[in-house]
Formats: sequence, structure tokens, C-alpha cells
Amino acid sequence: MSFGVPKKLEREINRLVKNYPEKRSAALMVLHALQEEFGHISLEAEQWAAARLNLQPINIHELVTFYPMLREHDPGKTVVRVCRTLSCALAGSARLHRHICQRLGLEADAPGLQRTKDGRFGVEYAECLASCGTGPVMMCNDDFYENISNDGADEILEKYDE
Amino acid sequence: MPKEHRLVLKHADEAGYTNDIKCYLKYGGYKTLKKVFRLKPKKAGGVVVTPQETIRSEVLASGLRGRGGAGFSCGLKWNFVNRKSGKPIYLICNADESEPGTFKDRQIIHKDPHQLIEGMILSCYANDVKLAYIYIRGEFPEGARILNRAIDEAKGKGFLGRGICGTRYDLEIHVHRGAGAYICGEETGLIESLEGKRPYPRIKPPYFPAALGLYMCPTIVNNVETLCNVRNVMEIGADAYAALGTAGNTGTRIVSLSGNVKRPGYYEIEVGKATLGELIFHKNFGQGLRDGRKLRAIIPGGSSSKVFRAGEKFDIKSKDKWGEVVEQKLDLLDIPYDFDTLMKCGSMSGSSAIIVLDDSVDIVESLGNLSDFYAHESCGQCTPCREGSLWMAKALKRMRSGQARKGDADYLEHIAHNIQGRTICAFGEACAWPVLSFVDKFRDDFEKRGAEDEARLAKRDGEATTK
Repeated sequence: MSFGVPKKLEREINRLVKNYPEKRSAALMVLHALQEEFGHISLEAEQWAAARLNLQPINIHELVTFYPMLREHDPGKTVVRVCRTLSCALAGSARLHRHICQRLGLEADAPGLQRTKDGRFGVEYAECLASCGTGPVMMCNDDFYENISNDGADEILEKYDE
Repeated sequence: MPKEHRLVLKHADEAGYTNDIKCYLKYGGYKTLKKVFRLKPKKAGGVVVTPQETIRSEVLASGLRGRGGAGFSCGLKWNFVNRKSGKPIYLICNADESEPGTFKDRQIIHKDPHQLIEGMILSCYANDVKLAYIYIRGEFPEGARILNRAIDEAKGKGFLGRGICGTRYDLEIHVHRGAGAYICGEETGLIESLEGKRPYPRIKPPYFPAALGLYMCPTIVNNVETLCNVRNVMEIGADAYAALGTAGNTGTRIVSLSGNVKRPGYYEIEVGKATLGELIFHKNFGQGLRDGRKLRAIIPGGSSSKVFRAGEKFDIKSKDKWGEVVEQKLDLLDIPYDFDTLMKCGSMSGSSAIIVLDDSVDIVESLGNLSDFYAHESCGQCTPCREGSLWMAKALKRMRSGQARKGDADYLEHIAHNIQGRTICAFGEACAWPVLSFVDKFRDDFEKRGAEDEARLAKRDGEATTK
């Protein structure tokens, strides 16, 4: 197995594992850390995590395939997640999502995450992001934005378009 | 005049108030903690009452009810904990805020994290908990960073770790991040997730967290706002806390208001001291609908609660102060926003999130949006919910794309009836109730759309055959 993680990440993962009386509990946090480092969680990464936590690979794979935020494949350098649920929908999230897709040359009506050909952006709908009073809202990677007009979206995307 | 009463969010939006420990201490933070840790065992009628028991009885006496959704007495929940099992007791703060419409915990975590930490330490101390977790939803990465920093700061000041405040009490709190699954807000699903598994909720009985929770040990799961209120109860005392709000519905509550109102936002009120109508129309709160619009519907307690139709009236029974049962007629907008009255009116205050729909909103479209949410978030463990939530979403998608049928209202009702009460967790009800209530209260909308689409399609088919 050629998959390896940088020393710094390994130390971080060791620290995370110690937070729990049972190793398996650290699975989600370890996967978050791996995804932050590599952008997504490859099968090799799953196997590495399973070995690290004394688990079978399926114990990790079933998590990666369940949780929406964990990615089996590279979702793009900047992942844009537009909130889709009712309050944001009333505030214009469909308009926002369509605008972003058009700007990036993506298909707005296609299901699931849409990735630009150059891999710089991935765009998807997310379920309620818990800021319903300031809709429409979205996240770009870990950053959160609210009350977004089309012009506002252009400005935000430019920041990530480097 | 109805107005906000800020207790949990007392300082959150003040100019100059920051979320670091220096600021929190300056505003009197951790004073309550120090006060409680100075409590000594006391004798009452020949029985020794420990400080832990004192905290627990204060919380019970305050009437504090869970702020996450079920509104269950916090003190009673703590009383159910099995303290004789010999196993460690765990406490988990449920910060998985993901009920559509709700955005109150976000404010607390981002603006006043130390209040939550202090509330958690007090709750842990009261229940002999040595290890606690904050389960925060994956979409709050900034919130997780803030909480981690707050924990480090509290450790630095000796409020966490070994020998807290010079006592022999040790406590560790860790932040655990979810990864985008709504079902992790269900307490047993949350526990499974925290154990590193898929968050499939556990069946109750026997897996009540108070007896068989995290690692099959007694476990307390409390919402962010509830834990903050534990701190407030201990600060001002059970009697003063119970004097806020109304009988049986004590304290304050943060209401998240969204949808078609002029001023959406979060408003902390004394429970039951403002009505639905005031929260939507009063100048201190929502400030009414957009100009020229009329009210169509109100979802009163997060997307899972049953919808109200504008103009509804209710006959409810309640007890007056002499214990006599009195019948009362109540207009929708006059319902006091509390736990019990909303329940008597056939819905619930849930996570205290009001979504307002005006007459520009397409009812079928709105229900379709919510059903898509539940179809996406069903964990897939129980067949009725896994299949049924998807069927309802599919039927509504067809209705929204111009192919509604007259029988769709009955069809949706039929599916929803076969989900509720037939699943391991309350998600079954959560996905069935919006459908049942929307169809019940807006049946005319559904049937009209079905009749129109059928007529149009019949006409088109007729034209096609004559050509």
C-alpha cells in the first residue's frame, strides 16, 4: 500500500483518536482531516483510515457513501453549496443556483454535484444550512455567505477564481 | 406591548461583545460556575443533599423544557439517568441544528460560545459526567473552530480539565463534527454517528440514552439553547427563571423567523408572552408581510411541524388558575407562542422556527420543496420512510411539472399514513406531518391543480387523436 499521509496530519489524527474511549468513534473526524488534506477520500485513504482505527475497510466505506459532505471523488477545488430548502427557496435560491451554474458553464438542472471541466469549481444544492433568516445563503468550501444577489455571487466567485 | 426578553442572547449582539473568554469574563462569565462549585453538601431533614442534587433539583424546579424540538422537561430527562449502573455517564450537546427554518444555535455558538461551555460544565458536574462531546453539524466549520478555541481558553483558566476550580472534579469536552446528515439530530442517530457508525437511529425501548446511550452507557443529550439555560437557571435561581414565561412554559426561547416577512431574524421572547400574530406583524419582530401581500400559511415550529392555514380558528381546553377547565376560542394569530398551546392547536413549537408563507407562494411547490428535503435525508433504515418519503417527493415533483392528477391528494395522504407510527424514529412523523397537514388544509389547491392538469392533458390527447 503506497498511500501515506504527511507527518503533520498523522500527528493531528493521533490527537483526534485520543479524544475517544473507543477508536472507531474518531472515524468521522479522521475522514474530515483526510478530506481536508487530499480534497476527497480515495479508496486508498479509506483503507488507511480503516487500518489506523483497527476496522474493516467497509466500516469506513459505509460512512463515506452515507454522509453528504464526504466525497469519494474530487468535487472541485472550490465547492459551492447553495441552500435549497424552503426559506432560502422563498428568498430566491433557485435564481442564485442557476446564475452560478450559468456563469461557470454548468448545467443547472442536472442532478447532483456539477464540476467545471478545469476542476476549479464544483456546484451543488445543499439542504438547509441553518441561516434561514438571511436567505439565500451558500457556502464556498468552509466560508459562509448570506443574502446573496447575482452580483454578489459574481464577486464571491471571483475571490475563488485564481 | 410584546417585546424581546434576552437572556441567552443577552450580550450576543451588543457592540464590542466578542466571543473570547476575556470578554466573557468581563461580562461576569463563569461567575455562576464558581458559585456552584463552592456549594457544599447540606443536611435537609436528616438527609445529606449533595451539590449535584441541588443543581438537578433547581433545574427541575425551573420547569426548563428542551429547546431542541420535543420540549421535554430537562430536569426529568436528567432524573431518568441510570446512576447506579457503575458505568460512566456521558453528556452530549446536540449542536446539529438542521431543522429547516431554525438558526438559533448558530447565533449562540458564533457569538457566545463560552455561555454554552459554562452551561455544559454545570450540567456535567450535576450529573457526574467526566467526558462530554459537542456534536456540531459539519456545515458549521467556523462554529467548530470557535468552540475548540473556547474549550482551550476555558482549560487555560482552569474551568475545564483536571481539578476544576480547585475541586477534585475533572471534565473533558471535545468537539465532534458531523458531515451533513439531518438524521444526526435525532439523539440515538447522533450517538451512533458519534460511535463512528452510520447514524441509524436505535429502537426505543430498550435503547433509551438515559440507560443505554453512548457505548451502551447512560447518556444525556441536550440542545445548545437548553444547556445555556441551565447556566441561566443557576445564575438567577429556579424561582426567578420559572417566573419568566407562562405556567408550564417557563423561561425564554429564541424564535427563528423566516419566509415572507419584512424583518426575518431571531427573537428571544418569554415563552408564551408573544402571539404568532405579534411575532409576524409587530414592529418589534417580523414587521409584517411585504406590501400588498396576504397571509397564506404559517409553519410554526420548523418544517416538521404541521402547517396552519391563514384564518384558522381553534377550540381549545385549558385550565384556569383555579384548576377549572375552560373552553377557549382562539384565532390562529392569537395563539401564544409556547409549547402547550401550539400542541393543543394540532401542531407544535418544535425547534421554535416560524416559516411564513404569503399569497405569492405556490402551496404545492412549497410542500414539494419540503418533501425533497425529507426524501434526501431519510437514513434508509426503515422501509416505510425510505420508500415513502421518496414516493411522496416523486408524486409532488410530477404535480409540479404539470402532470397532477385529481387523486393525488388522496395518494399523498395514503402514503403519509403508512409512514407515521411505523418507523424506529420520529423522522417518520417528521416527513409525514407536512404532507398530511398541507393536503388537509389546502386540499382545494391540490385538487384544483389535479383537475386542471387532467383536463388540459385530456384535451391535448383528444386533439392528437382527431388529427
